[in-house]
Amino acid sequence: MRHTIVALMEDKPGVLNRVASLFRRRNFNIDSLAVGHSEVPGISRMTIVVKGDDRTLEQVEKQLHKLINVTKVLDLDSSSSVERELALVKVHATPNTRSEIINLANIFRGNIIDVSPDSLVIEITGTEDKIDSLIELLRPYGIREVSRTGVLAMARG
Amino acid sequence: MELTGARIVWECLLREGVEVVFGYPGGAVIELYDALPDYPIRHVLVRHEQGAAHAADGYARSTGKVGVCLATSGPGATNLVTGIATAYMDSIPIVALTGQVSTAVLGRDAFQETDITGITLPITKHNYLVTDVRDLARVLKEAFYIARTGRPGPVLVDLPRDVLMAKAEFSYPEKVELPGYKPTVRGNMRQIRLAAEVLNSASRPLIIAGGGVNRSGAWDELQQLVEKYGAPVAMTLMGLGAFPQDHPLCLGFIGMHGAASASLAADQADAILAIGMRFSDRVTGKPAAWAPHAKVIHIDIDPAEIGKNIQPAVPIVGDVRVVLEQLLPLVQAREFPEWWSLIREWQEEERERDILNQDVPELVPPYVIHKISELTHGQALMVSDVGQNQMWEAQYYKHRRRRALATSGGLGTMGYAIPAAIGVQIGNPNDLVWVVVGDGGAQMTLNQLGTIVQERLPIKISIINNGYLGMVRQWQEIFFCKRYCATPISSPDFVKVAEAYGIPGLRVTTREGVEEAIRIALAAPGAFLIDFKVKEEENVYPMIPAGQTVREMIRRPLYRQRTLSEEVG
Repeated sequence: MRHTIVALMEDKPGVLNRVASLFRRRNFNIDSLAVGHSEVPGISRMTIVVKGDDRTLEQVEKQLHKLINVTKVLDLDSSSSVERELALVKVHATPNTRSEIINLANIFRGNIIDVSPDSLVIEITGTEDKIDSLIELLRPYGIREVSRTGVLAMARG
Repeated sequence: MELTGARIVWECLLREGVEVVFGYPGGAVIELYDALPDYPIRHVLVRHEQGAAHAADGYARSTGKVGVCLATSGPGATNLVTGIATAYMDSIPIVALTGQVSTAVLGRDAFQETDITGITLPITKHNYLVTDVRDLARVLKEAFYIARTGRPGPVLVDLPRDVLMAKAEFSYPEKVELPGYKPTVRGNMRQIRLAAEVLNSASRPLIIAGGGVNRSGAWDELQQLVEKYGAPVAMTLMGLGAFPQDHPLCLGFIGMHGAASASLAADQADAILAIGMRFSDRVTGKPAAWAPHAKVIHIDIDPAEIGKNIQPAVPIVGDVRVVLEQLLPLVQAREFPEWWSLIREWQEEERERDILNQDVPELVPPYVIHKISELTHGQALMVSDVGQNQMWEAQYYKHRRRRALATSGGLGTMGYAIPAAIGVQIGNPNDLVWVVVGDGGAQMTLNQLGTIVQERLPIKISIINNGYLGMVRQWQEIFFCKRYCATPISSPDFVKVAEAYGIPGLRVTTREGVEEAIRIALAAPGAFLIDFKVKEEENVYPMIPAGQTVREMIRRPLYRQRTLSEEVG
């Protein structure tokens, strides 16, 4: 089972290390982890996607809660939350394929943010699945680099 | 008032009521040592930093206060690691102070630099690297608060040398502000009512007391509950001292080498009240097959322990002392005559198989512990090491007092006993402190005899000397066809070693000599060492092999049968 957990934590040195160390030590599997500022100064917000059964998930939440610097832990239900990920994809593009690739990017509401004689950089935002599908479609053209942020999530309403 | 960082550290410790620090000086903490003589805090110079952490741990276990240890940067700090991990596994409140290289060279692999906050991340409840002297007082306030409250545990504070030298205005904060740390103390009343329902409708209940009872000081509450409810009570290794071991309702200790009656009771129980324990694999064996008929009520201060190893029917998060107080009025007075008659049968068999009730001519370890227990009336503060000696101590010493035992349960740290006893004795200067240690563990931390002598501590040390790393040898005997690989161990003449340190000692080789030697040790005004040369290949029984169930329990063979089969074999 895939779960999305949001943890709020004090923005202090070493906090990311504590969370990463916890996941490693307790043998939890992380799919992705994204961290940045929240609406409160001094509080960071981390979105963690983990795989595991309900018991593992319960342990992940409780162990995260035990960290002194973690102030709040939420398990987001996919039906009542929104998720987005951002990716930059550098793809090989020749004068012959460039317009095809730009068309594909447009279908996915992606932006072309860099053009060079033999490549394009596409910026794409969406769910993990959407980004996966675009990458699959671009693969035949020759993908040079992919950089993904990991999932960010928020409860609706 | 403007003070140096070093002085701020001592001022904070004074305000936390710290009376003793176990430590070892070095370059990075020299400022701290320079300021120390101006403060009424005792410093105990250990012979290796591992001993400082164990001594702080023993002090904490036996007094309920926070133990403090101090080491320099680099190797001083890394030497603390085993002691910190020991305290972490058993939820013991200690504060470890370590020196660090100056912030200007931090991260540049300076002389005696090590990333001790990184190293101790998974074995501390929390840790700090202080980079600004203005944070120092707040950090120390938080460190003691975190160590002592909630589920207790070790907290490390890393102190760079320039922070100790810099000056700041000192004022000790009155309150801590930790938005992410709010331990639950009171139990949820709805859950407590559910627990009472389970107990009131049970016919074969078992109460198991863990280390949490000792940590929270819930002895009276536990005894009231047990005596009112009338159910049998067992203790985990960490729980020893939670309930008088010679009480008629007490089954003794439970687990791999616990009393057979306790393991059988867990197997047959229809309700288990688990108090301040974490269902360690040494208690449950195979968790899926443990207590198959029981509705488990689990009380613990740490929510993460609920459902970690055993899924309870009724979880209650809270301080066990407060929760037991809440639960007591809701529990009915019961008697369970059928259940008790079954348990009495198991206990009868236990007695029959007990080596003390068999005609054994050799000097066997259970006899030694039994005699120590008898002659000290179960009132000594015991400190045991790890392995066979630890299990025999737990089985045969009838602890009758609170905080009766300091031993490394979770981490299983050999070499714990001698240095931990230093902390126990210093925390309890008027009490009798008795060490039980094997010949293997004794040789790991024998250097601390020097500390015992320098501090004039009247600790009695009994070495259960069988010439083997006995517990591993026992496994080799039972599971590896007696291939005794790397378990025979030679020892120095412990009596002569003790004498070289200035500690009188005796060697005992026969049953007849045991009682007199213990009496001489008790009469000696200071430290005393007894080297008990016991039967070499004696096993700890009963034994539930790791990861198995009560059905695979290996019982002590009746002595005569064994000699016969040995003759035949």
